[in-house]
Amino acid sequence: MFFISSIPLKPEELNRSLSHPSAGALVTFEGWVRNHNEGHDVSALEYECYEKLAAKEGEKIVKEAIAKFGIIGAKSVHRVGKLEVGELAVWVGVTSKHRAEAFQAAQYIIDEIKLRVPIWKKEYYKSGDSGWVNCHRCSSHAGQSHS
Amino acid sequence: MIMSKPKKIKIQYFAILREERGVDLDELETSARTPEEVYETLKDQHGFSMSFKNLRVAINDEFESGDHELKDGDTVVFIPPVAGG
Repeated sequence: MFFISSIPLKPEELNRSLSHPSAGALVTFEGWVRNHNEGHDVSALEYECYEKLAAKEGEKIVKEAIAKFGIIGAKSVHRVGKLEVGELAVWVGVTSKHRAEAFQAAQYIIDEIKLRVPIWKKEYYKSGDSGWVNCHRCSSHAGQSHS
Repeated sequence: MIMSKPKKIKIQYFAILREERGVDLDELETSARTPEEVYETLKDQHGFSMSFKNLRVAINDEFESGDHELKDGDTVVFIPPVAGG
């Protein structure tokens, strides 16, 4: 299961939602907003998503992980909107009989989300500047002012 | 550019493209055959900074290739490099 949330995530509730009598392991990953990126001091982040396709692609990734690693359950939630430093931006949880496959599946899910799900991140810097992450490198203005 | 029969399509914009366009939706009539042709026209019109080769394309909420043949009523999204997580 994958979904997008515009309100703060509650990890304990999410953990409990995965409980299963045959599960011997729960591995979770939390992605937090950090205060720096590529040499800039970051004050806040804004996530925007293409909700219909993001939901579809996220769901596909979670299903792939279940099929690939033979885990019991998996779930991921991604925040959208404006987030402050320290806030929880993305949560991934995987349950399995034993820990090894839960670690692998959790890593697979977060890696694939970052590559494939149409979610964008705008960083607001302490300098007053802002920018869309991963977008400046491939614009025709690339290389002019990002040192 | 190979022109085809005019059709009405919608373009939905997100993130950097939404900001550069100034709106989140365009409804237009076009003779362009593919998303790539539509993008090149819009890029000239609105001065988009991204090259088409850096974008992915979705049509009616499914990923498609840039040379997918457009039909009347399609909704097209040009997807800038993603940055979730």
